[in-house]
Amino acid sequence: MGLSNTIYLAAYAIALLVLISLGLAVIFGMMKVINLAHGEFMMLGAYACVLCVDAGVPLWLSVLLAALALGLFGIVVERLIIRFLYGRIVDTLLATWGLSLLLVGGVTTLLGPQGRSVTTDFGNVSIGGINVSSYNLMLIAVAAAAMLVTWLLAQFTRFGLLVRGTMQDPVIAGALGVDRSIIYMATFGYGSALAGLAGAVLVPITGASPTMGLFFVSKAFITVIVGGHFPLMGTLAASSLFGAIDGVVSYRWSSVLGEVSVLVVAVVLLRLLPLGITGRLRRGL
Amino acid sequence: MSHQEFASDAAVPPSRWWWLFVAILAAGIALTPSYTDAALQLDVSVIFVFALLALSMGFLWGYAGILSFGQTIFFGLGGYGYAVLAMNAGTTLWPLVAAVVLPMLFSAVLGYFIIYGRISDIYLSVITLVVTLIFEKSIRSTSGPDYVIGSVRLNGQNGIPGIPALQLPWDAAAPLSFDGVFYLAGAAALLAYVGLRLLLLTPFGRILVGIRESEKRMELLGFDARAYKLGAFVLAAGIAALSGALYAIWGNFVSPEMFGLNQAAQVVIWVIVGGRSTLIGPIVATGLVQYLSGWLGTVGVGQVTLVLGAVLLVFVLVFPKGLLPTLGGLRWPRRRSRERRRG
Repeated sequence: MGLSNTIYLAAYAIALLVLISLGLAVIFGMMKVINLAHGEFMMLGAYACVLCVDAGVPLWLSVLLAALALGLFGIVVERLIIRFLYGRIVDTLLATWGLSLLLVGGVTTLLGPQGRSVTTDFGNVSIGGINVSSYNLMLIAVAAAAMLVTWLLAQFTRFGLLVRGTMQDPVIAGALGVDRSIIYMATFGYGSALAGLAGAVLVPITGASPTMGLFFVSKAFITVIVGGHFPLMGTLAASSLFGAIDGVVSYRWSSVLGEVSVLVVAVVLLRLLPLGITGRLRRGL
Repeated sequence: MSHQEFASDAAVPPSRWWWLFVAILAAGIALTPSYTDAALQLDVSVIFVFALLALSMGFLWGYAGILSFGQTIFFGLGGYGYAVLAMNAGTTLWPLVAAVVLPMLFSAVLGYFIIYGRISDIYLSVITLVVTLIFEKSIRSTSGPDYVIGSVRLNGQNGIPGIPALQLPWDAAAPLSFDGVFYLAGAAALLAYVGLRLLLLTPFGRILVGIRESEKRMELLGFDARAYKLGAFVLAAGIAALSGALYAIWGNFVSPEMFGLNQAAQVVIWVIVGGRSTLIGPIVATGLVQYLSGWLGTVGVGQVTLVLGAVLLVFVLVFPKGLLPTLGGLRWPRRRSRERRRG
C-alpha cells in the first residue's frame, strides 16, 4: 500500500466519521445530550434525498433539500418533545431512543422494509498515481465544507456568538437577555440538518433503508463521546484518531474488526480522559 | 438530576405483608404447572427469564444510579456462553455456572474502565449501548466455517440451534421438561427478586443507595464509591447472564438478536414502564409488555417497533415514574405530599 493510497484511505475514513458525527456533536456540545435518534435522522435524510431524485431533482439539489427538510424536522421534534425535557438529561436520552424506534417502525410501515437506491454516473479519477472514485473525493469535500460552514457560522455571525455564549454559560447568557429557547431550537435544527445532509450524501454509497441508521450510530456515538464537549475540535480530533485506526484495521483485516478496535481504544481512552479529548480545554469550539 | 423518582424507604426491612406476598408468588409458581397447559407454561417461563433481565437493569438504575443500556451484553454472553460450553462439553451443569461467571468477569473489566474513569452518567449509558451493538455486529459477521469455538460453529446471524436442555445432576439421562424449565425460571426470578430486596438491608445495599443519593458525600465519609458501583455492575451482569443462559435453555437457540438494539430497547421499556423505584415494577411490566407485543403480533397491527417506540416516548413524557409508582401515587396521597416536600 503506497503512501498516497494510505493518505487517501485515511482521509476518506476521517471524512466519513466527520460527516456522520458532526450533527450529533453540535447537539451534544450545546445541550449535553446524545441524540439517540441520530441514525434515524440520517435515515430520513437519505429517504428525502431518494424521493427527490425519484421526482427528477438533480442529486446535488436533492442533498441540499434533504438537509433543509431534516432541519425543519429537527425543529419540530425539538418543539414537540425535547423542549419539555431540558434539565432531565436521562429522560431526553430515553425520549430520543423512543423516537428512534418510532421512526424505524414508521418508515418501515410507510415505505416498506426493502432498501432504495439511486443510480449515479460518477467515474474514477487518477490523482498522484492512484485511481480513486470521484464520488469519494466529493464526500471528503462535503465533510470539509460542513466543518468550514459550521466554523464560519459560529465564529463570524451574531447568531454564532449567541450560541457560543449559551454553550459556555447558559445562565449568564439568559441573564444577558438571550432567548435560550430559540437558541436551543435553532441548534437542534442545525444539528438535525447536518445529520440529514450526511444521510443524503451517503445515498449513492449505502442506499436508503429503514435500519440504515444502525450502521453508523455506534461510530458516531463513540466519536462524539471521545471528542468531548467542543463540537468542532472534538469531532476533528476524534475522527482523525478513529478514522486512522478504523481505516488501517478495516483495510488490513475486516470492517467489523475495525469497529471493535475503535471501541477498545475509546474505552481505554475514556479511562484516561473521562471528559473526552477536549474535556480539559476551557476555550474552544 | 433529581432523585425524587426513587423510593426512599427501600432500606427498611420488608413488612410481614411482603413476606406473605412472596409466599403467595412461590405457591403460585409451584402450583401453576398442574393447572395449565404447556403452551401457557412456555409463555410464562420466558416472561420469568426476561424479568430477570429487567431486574438486573432495574436494580442497577434504581438502587445504584447506574443507567446501563447494555445489560443485553451479558444476556447475550450468557446465552452464547451456555450454548458453546454445553455443546462442547456434552454436560450442562458446569456450563450453566460458567455462563454466569464468565460474563461477570467481562463486566468487571468493562466496568473497571467505565466506572473507575468516572465518566459521566450518559457517557456510561451510551458506551454500554455501543458495546452491545458492536457485539451484535461481531457475532453477525461470524457466519463463515472458520468461526468455530471447540466443535461449535457460531453461525453468524443464523444463530446456534439445538442447544441441549439442562440435565438434572442426579439423573443425567433426563433433560429438563417444560415443567422443569418453568420451575427453574420462576425460582430464579423469585430468588433474584427476594435476594435483591434483602440485599438493600445489608451495609453493601445501604451504601449503594447512599452513593446514588450523593456520591460525593459517601466518598467524604470514606467509602470508595467506585468499588461499590463496580460491585453492583458485576452483580447485575451476573443476573443478566443467568437470564441469557436460561433463555438458551428455554428456547434451545441463541442468535445475535440477543445483543441487538431491539432487545436492549425492550429492557429499557420494561424498566421504564414498571418504574425504577421498585423491584417488582419491572417484573410486572415485563409480563405486561411481553403480553402486549405478543398480542400485537397476532392481531397484525404491523410494526411492533412503532408501538414500542411510542410506548417509550409516552412514558418518558407523561409517566416518568413508571406505571406502578404512578398508580401508587394516586392511591396513597400521603406519600406524594412527603415526596413533594423533599423535591
